[in-house]
Amino acid sequence: MNGTEVKAGAPLLEVTDLVKHFPIKRGILIDREVDQVRAVDGISFKVEKGETLGLVGESGSGKSTACRAVLQLIKPTSGSVKFEGQEISGLRRRRMQPLRRQMQMIFQDPYASLNPRKRVGQIVGDPLKRQGVASGSELRRQVQELLVRVGLSSEHYNRFPHEFSGGQRQRIGIARALSLKPKLVICDEPVSALDVSIQAQIVNLLDDLQDEFGLAYLFVAHDIGVVRHISDRIAVMNEGKIVEQGTADEVCERPQDDYTKKLLAAVPIPDPRESRERVRNG
Amino acid sequence: MVRFVVRRLLAMIGVLFAVSVIVFVVFMVLPKQNPAQTLAGKNATPVLVKSIEEEWGFNDSLVVQYGTMMKKIFTGELTSYKPRIPVDEQIKEGIPATFSLTIGAAIIWLFFGLLLGYLSAIRAGGWLDRILTGVSIAGISIPVFLLAPVLLYFLTYKYEIFPNAQYVDFTEDPWEWARHLILPWFTLALLSIGFYSRVLRSNMLDVMNEDYVRTARAKGLSERQVMTRHVLRNSLIPVITLFGLDFGATIAGTAIITEVLYSLDGVGLYAAEAVRKFELPPIMGVAIYGAFFVVFVNALVDIAYAYLDPRVRLGESSSE
Amino acid sequence: MSSAPLLSVSDLRVGFATEDGIVQAVDGVSFDLRPGEVLAIVGESGSGKSVTAQTIIGLTRANNARIEGAVTLDGKDLTSASDAEMRKLRGDRVAMIFQDPMTSFNPVYRIGDQIVEAIRTHRPDTSKGAGKARVVELFEAVGIPNAAGRVDDYPHEFSGGMRQRAMIAMALALEPEVLIADEPTTALDVTIQAQILDLLEELNREHNLATILITHDLGVVAEVADRVLVMYAGKVVEEGTLDEIFYDPQHPYTWGLLGSLTRIDRPRPHRLPQIAGSPPSLLDLPEGCPFRPRCPHEFSKCSEYPGLEARSEAPDHRDRCWLNPEQKREKRQVEGQIGLEAPSGANKA
Repeated sequence: MNGTEVKAGAPLLEVTDLVKHFPIKRGILIDREVDQVRAVDGISFKVEKGETLGLVGESGSGKSTACRAVLQLIKPTSGSVKFEGQEISGLRRRRMQPLRRQMQMIFQDPYASLNPRKRVGQIVGDPLKRQGVASGSELRRQVQELLVRVGLSSEHYNRFPHEFSGGQRQRIGIARALSLKPKLVICDEPVSALDVSIQAQIVNLLDDLQDEFGLAYLFVAHDIGVVRHISDRIAVMNEGKIVEQGTADEVCERPQDDYTKKLLAAVPIPDPRESRERVRNG
Repeated sequence: MVRFVVRRLLAMIGVLFAVSVIVFVVFMVLPKQNPAQTLAGKNATPVLVKSIEEEWGFNDSLVVQYGTMMKKIFTGELTSYKPRIPVDEQIKEGIPATFSLTIGAAIIWLFFGLLLGYLSAIRAGGWLDRILTGVSIAGISIPVFLLAPVLLYFLTYKYEIFPNAQYVDFTEDPWEWARHLILPWFTLALLSIGFYSRVLRSNMLDVMNEDYVRTARAKGLSERQVMTRHVLRNSLIPVITLFGLDFGATIAGTAIITEVLYSLDGVGLYAAEAVRKFELPPIMGVAIYGAFFVVFVNALVDIAYAYLDPRVRLGESSSE
Repeated sequence: MSSAPLLSVSDLRVGFATEDGIVQAVDGVSFDLRPGEVLAIVGESGSGKSVTAQTIIGLTRANNARIEGAVTLDGKDLTSASDAEMRKLRGDRVAMIFQDPMTSFNPVYRIGDQIVEAIRTHRPDTSKGAGKARVVELFEAVGIPNAAGRVDDYPHEFSGGMRQRAMIAMALALEPEVLIADEPTTALDVTIQAQILDLLEELNREHNLATILITHDLGVVAEVADRVLVMYAGKVVEEGTLDEIFYDPQHPYTWGLLGSLTRIDRPRPHRLPQIAGSPPSLLDLPEGCPFRPRCPHEFSKCSEYPGLEARSEAPDHRDRCWLNPEQKREKRQVEGQIGLEAPSGANKA
C-alpha cells in the first residue's frame, strides 16, 4: 500500500465505535430531520487474520447495515474502520479501489445477487478483469479453476445463473468473492435462503476454503447454531449495539447478557427429550 | 392525510409558477426576433410593432416583462392581434367541445379498456385472451390520423350513417350532440382502450400470484369475490395513476388532432389554428391552460392514490 | 384422544402438466390425522409437502392439475367434492396459514376487516359489529396486546410476529377442526418463532385442534409434533412418532437431515455432516429409490422402488429403504453424528 506500513500484530479488521444513523424527515414544505433511525449505534470489534467472527442478531439489529458500513458501501455517520492498520473510513473512492480487492462480500439471496444476463464465467471473471489481474485465456483458466474449487465444474463457465439451483448459485457467489484472493470475506446470511441439507454443504465449503486460503470471515447470520459452528468468536447484536462478545463457546455456554440468554433459549433443540426437559425447567 | 393534501397543492402552485416562467422564456426571451414582432404576426406595420412594445414593456427588465405578461394573462387582457379577440374568451368558447370530447372518450376508454383487460386476465392464455390481445395491439398501433379519415370516408361519406363534422352543443340538441361525437369519441378512445386493457391485464396477472390472493381463497371466498375484492381492487391502483396522467394530457392538448380532423370547435382546434397562423398570444394562453389541467389532474391523482393505498398515506412503518 | 382419524389421506397423487412434461409433485402420499394430534410434514424444496397441504383444501385444483387418490374429512370425500363444497369448508372446518405474514394480508384493507370478511363469508348473518367484537376476542386469544385498538390497523402497521398472530387469529375465527400451518415460523426471527410455536402448542392443547405443521426445521418439529412424516421428491420416505423419528430413524435421508443440524447444546463437530448433491428435479427422477443418487449406502436392490413398510418392530413406523433394521442402525452410527444417539447409548427408542 502507498506509504503506509502494515503494522505487525495489527488485527486484519478493527472497527471502533461505528455509527450509522438514517435521518427521518418530516415537514409540510421543507423536510426537516426530526429523528434518526439508529441502525448501527456505536459498535466495536476486531477480526484477526484467518479467524471467523460471527455476528449474530435478529432482523432490525443492524448487522447488515454494519457490514455495508464496514465495506464503505454506505458512508458511516461516524467511527473508525481500520483494515490492516490503515483507516479506510472516509477514504475517497479511488483510494478505496485497491483495498476492495482485499475485502469481499457474499450475499444472502442467491437468486437476486447474480446478474441474470451474464454468464457464470463473466460473473466470476469480471472482478479479475477489472482489477487488471488477468485477461484472455489466462483469465478463463483461473476462473475455471475457481469453479472447480467451489464444487462446480469447469463446463459451468458458459452457463447462465438461472440454470443452477440455489446452493449452486451460492457457490458461484463464493467463487466470485474469492477470485481476487481477498483477505477478508464478509458473509451476509449466506445460507439462510437455502434448503437445510444444502446449508451444511455451503458451511463446510466455507470452512475448507478458509483453511486453504487463510481467509478471515465476518459471518453474519440470525441462526446462532450455524454461527456457533463456524465462528471462533461471536458478537451478539441487538438494536444497533453489540451486547456481548467472546469466544463461541463462552457466548453460547456462559452467556452474560440477558438478550443473549433470551436468544439462546429461543433456539429450538432438535431433540424431543431435551426439548421437553427445557419446557419443564421453564 | 391533510398534511399530504396540503403539500400536494402547494407543490402544484410551485409547478404552475415554473411552467409560466418557462412559457415566458421560451416565447419571449429565447427567440432571436423581437418579441413584439412575433406578437404582431406576419405583415405587421411598424406602428403596430411599436405599440406592442409599449404595451408589453419590452424595454423594461425581464422581471417586469414577466410580471406584465402574467398580469395580461390573468386579467384577460391577452388578445390575439388579428383578429382582435381576447384569448381567454376564445378558450372559454372552446371548452364545451373539448370537454365533451375528452370526458366522453375517457368514459368509453375506461369502460372498454378495463372490461377487456379484466376478461383477458381471467382467461389468460385462452382463445379469448388471444383475440382481445390482438384487438388491443391493433388499437395501440393504428394512428389517429389514419383512423379518422378512414372512418370519415366510410361512415360519413360513402354510407351516411354519421354526420360529417362540427360540434353541436348539448344544450341545443342532445341527440345530435351525441351523434356528432360518436366517431371522434371512438377515434380518441381506441388507442387508450388497447393500452389500458394491456395494463390492467398485466397488473391483474401479477396480483393473482400474490400471497394475499391465496389467503383469500384459503378463507373460502368465492372466485368472484376473490377477483373483485382482492385482485381487481389492487390492480386498479396503478391504472388510476395512469388515467390521471392520460386524462390531464388529453384535455390539455392531445385531443388536438382529433378536433382538427373532425372539425370540432374546441380548444385544440383553436390552438391548431393559432399554430398554423403563428399567433403568439393564443399559443401562450393555451400553453398555460394546458399546464393548469395537467398539473391539477396530477395533483388529484396523487391524492386519490394516497387514499386508495394506505401504505402511501401513512408511510410504511418499520416493523420487526 | 379418540382413535378414529379426523382427516384421512389415501394414496394422494398430484401431477401438473407443464411445458417440460408432467411434474408429479405428490406421488402416493397417505396419512391419518387424529383429533387433537399434531402431525409434522418435513421436507425440502420439491418434496411435495406444500402441494399436499394445499390439495387437502382444494387450492391446487386447476386445469393443468391431475389429482388422484382420496382425502376424507370426517368420512366425507374431499377430492370429489364440488368447488362450492370445498369453498364452504375452507376457512370454516379446515383453516390454513402460510409462511410469509408480510405478504399474506392484502395491504389495502384493514386487518380487522379482512378477518371479518372471513367470518361473514361463512356466517353471512353476522353483523359487522359482532364480527369486529369477535376479532377483538381472537386477538386477545392469540396474545396481541391492545386488541381493541389494533383491529382497525393496516397490515403494514403490524410487526412480523404480530401479523402472524393475526393470521392465526383469522384461521381460528370459525373454530376449525383442522389447522394447516405451512412454514408458519420460517420467515420470523427466532425469538418470535418461539412465541408462535408456544401459541400453536397452547391452541392445540386447549382447543384440541388437530394441526398439520409443514416445515423443514427439525428443531421446530421436536418442540411441537406428535407424529412426523418425512417427504422426499413427492413421496413419503419415513413416518413415525416423534421419538421414533428422532431416536430410531430408518431412512438415510432422515439421517442426513438430522445430521446436518447444528446443536447448541452439544460440542461442535469438526465438520457438519452433509448430504451430497441437491434435491432432485421432479422431471428427471432416477429409477427405483428417489434418494439413490445422494445416498452413501445405496446397493443393488435400490434400483427397485421400495415400498413404504414397517421394517422395524414398531408397527406404525414405516420407511422406504431396503436396508434391514440392523444394517440401518449400524450404518447410521458409523457416520458418527448422523441420527441421534439416545442419551444412554442404547439403540432402542
